[in-house]
Amino acid sequence: MPTWPKETKYIGRHVQRVDGPAKVTGSARYTSDVQPEGWLYGMILRSRWPAAKISDISLEKARQVPGIKAAILVREGERTIRYYGEELAAVAGTSKQACLDALRLIEVTASPLPFVVKETEALKDSSPPVWEKSPNLSKPKVVEKGDLAKAFGECAAVVEGFFTTPVLIHHPLETHGNTVSWTDEGITAWASTQGIFSVRDGLAGNLNVEQSKVRVISEFMGGGFGAKFGPGIEGALAARLSKAAKAPVKLMLTRFDQSLAVGNRPSSFQKIKLGASADGKLLAYELDAYGTAGIGSGGSTEGGGGGAEFPAPYIYTIPNIRVSHRGVTVNAGSARAFRAPGHPPASFGMESILDELAVKLNLDPVEIRLKNDPSPVRQREYQLGAERFGWKQKYHRPGSSPGPVKTGVGCAGASWGGGGGGTQAEAQINPDGSLEIRCGTQDLGTGTKTLIAVIAADLLQLKPDQIQVRIGDTRFPPSGGSGGSTTAASVSPAVFDACTQALEALQNQTGVADARGDNWKAACKKLGINPLIVGGKWQPGLSSSGTGGVQFAEVEVDADTGFVRVKKITCVQDCGMVVSRLTCESQVNGGIIMGLGYALYEQRVMDSTTGVVLNPNFETYKLPGLADVPQIDIILLDMPERGVIGIGEPVTIPTAAAIANAVANALGVRIGSLPITPDKVLAALGKTQAAHA
Amino acid sequence: MMDSKSSGNDLLSLTRRNFLKTLGTTAVGTAATQVESVAAELQKLNAETIVGPAPIPIVLQVNGQAISIEVEPRVTLLDALRNHVHLTGAKEVCDRGTCGACTVLLDGQPIYACMMLALEAQGHAITTVEGLAHEGQLNPVQQAFVECDAMMCGYCTPGFLLSITALLKRRPHPDADEVKHACAGNLCRCGTHPRIIQAALKASGVSVTSQTEVIRYADLA
Repeated sequence: MPTWPKETKYIGRHVQRVDGPAKVTGSARYTSDVQPEGWLYGMILRSRWPAAKISDISLEKARQVPGIKAAILVREGERTIRYYGEELAAVAGTSKQACLDALRLIEVTASPLPFVVKETEALKDSSPPVWEKSPNLSKPKVVEKGDLAKAFGECAAVVEGFFTTPVLIHHPLETHGNTVSWTDEGITAWASTQGIFSVRDGLAGNLNVEQSKVRVISEFMGGGFGAKFGPGIEGALAARLSKAAKAPVKLMLTRFDQSLAVGNRPSSFQKIKLGASADGKLLAYELDAYGTAGIGSGGSTEGGGGGAEFPAPYIYTIPNIRVSHRGVTVNAGSARAFRAPGHPPASFGMESILDELAVKLNLDPVEIRLKNDPSPVRQREYQLGAERFGWKQKYHRPGSSPGPVKTGVGCAGASWGGGGGGTQAEAQINPDGSLEIRCGTQDLGTGTKTLIAVIAADLLQLKPDQIQVRIGDTRFPPSGGSGGSTTAASVSPAVFDACTQALEALQNQTGVADARGDNWKAACKKLGINPLIVGGKWQPGLSSSGTGGVQFAEVEVDADTGFVRVKKITCVQDCGMVVSRLTCESQVNGGIIMGLGYALYEQRVMDSTTGVVLNPNFETYKLPGLADVPQIDIILLDMPERGVIGIGEPVTIPTAAAIANAVANALGVRIGSLPITPDKVLAALGKTQAAHA
Repeated sequence: MMDSKSSGNDLLSLTRRNFLKTLGTTAVGTAATQVESVAAELQKLNAETIVGPAPIPIVLQVNGQAISIEVEPRVTLLDALRNHVHLTGAKEVCDRGTCGACTVLLDGQPIYACMMLALEAQGHAITTVEGLAHEGQLNPVQQAFVECDAMMCGYCTPGFLLSITALLKRRPHPDADEVKHACAGNLCRCGTHPRIIQAALKASGVSVTSQTEVIRYADLA
């Protein structure tokens, strides 16, 4: 079994992001920046009805706009529209302005249909069905274990609560989009994607072109967070426009489009009952939950990620449970995988009710977790984190904070699977000593290029900047999509194998006993004219799956304004073997800040009367800004013996739950509804009428 | 010509002069004291040439170079920079002045390039992210961003770099709150926030160190 080196020069240490200079000089070329010769602008016309029968779409006037080179329908013939923003037609032209003019001139003949956009309305029998042949509310999926009624009867304390989480929009700053050139030779697509091979196969399948004739490139991409796997309707439209216009077409979605049609995190409505013995041992748990994944709630959602279900009772093992999940279909865009699908809402509901139980039993929240958390790693993390955070000094009885600005603390835990596999990589050693590592993976901003350089540099005793890392091209050896925190654990072992085997081949071919480090150049020179290319593939033993993490939050809540300020987050995270420390820390920061948005700011707002998304922009869909971010204190629990584990997702899970618990601790009343906006705080304090359902 | 198209052209040709002329028959008539000044304004405007909707030649001063392009008057500075000057460092993220990814400097002041028409930027010195490094040497803010890893996907990075570069010119030694204030118009989705603040302080000469602790699990008893 291969093993990672014990002594390292770069692995686990501070190495600057290898593509940092490209990103700070503007020379990094994203899909949106690619400008192939003769390229055209592409744009999509979307439905302005949340539900409608479309009988005709006329493109004639649009086609006559100066500069317009192609106009196409998404689908021929009559069709039914099921959400505001569904794609109807697309145009390509020589400028954005020409496209905007053309979109205004497309004539759509439609008969509006009844619609429903809110979960609480959609689950009623009287609501208009989103899909004609099935009810909006799915049959419950039920899991039962033990004897629940008996167990609740034996509990010393039982608490009940109702918790809700909103639909979130991914909002990567680079919108979904592609620049596509479709000629007789085949298709070349620059894609803003988390999976170049899934885009290739999607385009090939949709457009009936051989996979060998589709090339997908993604050298730099501006964020995905789970929403960017397949080519999407916009990718297929860009390709069809390119074929029709006989020119490359760049079709990047607008921020408005982004809010409607390319994925979201499902909502959740969780009725929870939890019981424990007098010493705090969890005995009985009951969950009745529903949520919406938009029009995709009935079955699997586009791009994976499942529906609105979530793991329950999350990280805890409870002998007697009954869990019931139902999906509620509404007239809104389908959900997609969103950073740690299912986990943040699961953590929020479970960790909230657990704190309620702790209060009832007069137990410290950390203590009740130590009593019930089955993971020995998280047990250690709670101890380390509590000490570092100063939990004992900061925790007080809920609501006992004096004055108008209340302080409070909370904590929560998380787990994630991850794991790797299915990746190949190749090393090309050139006679001049330069080295290229090629792998058909992609870097979402997580630092994949840096990770590859760090590993190759350590194994071959070179410097990271001596290594040309080439990724993001389907002409390179294959790798999977970057989802589920699997990239680091998939790519690292393949790069390890390619480098190890390439070194061996170099030494065999040149007779140099140890070609690493100082001997490298001389050995490479002996290769003669041809470079040496050696492939490697993922090997077991160098990566693993399963991570645990805990977070602590400290907040201030202004009881007069309802404003919540998070002062500090302490995070203790298991990450297996830390490969690239600097980018690893950045991932932790990023997960926490996204969790902060979930806790306090972000939500998609639908309008029942018109069926539209009311906040399809950044002035009304609020992201955390620099001034909102607390002090973030990180402890990385390094376990090199476990190999590489991805951490992109686990770090975003417990943040919102920890913050919500801290707010409850500050106020003495719980706000069970995310985001915790000032109006909800004031309503919880009885200072205003509750504005939210 | 089609109806819908001609109505589109009417919209485009609604100029400030026409608007003032309309005013002349209503509001202006009731405010006699203003008539004179409005008349003077009208006269001035009548002397101006109306441009568009067809493309017009303009000259932009970008990163010290005069660049001649032809754009429709409705083209934004951002669109002109990216698609006519082919400098794609400034990013289009919201196209409505909320995210700051398109931030450039106009005579040293950070502005949203999506909120200004290209033709209005004539006669001003424009600096984009491509103009920050000199002869391959990163400026101190760029250098600090790389060293502190103040970026992830990198899409918001050019905007933050320009906001902070402008801040440091105005205030060479800002504190963290001033950095936050200077970047209040820039959004990041990956969550690089703490490191952007660190990098800004580092670029101003403050030494910053990571507080992160790495603990080996095996070393814990």
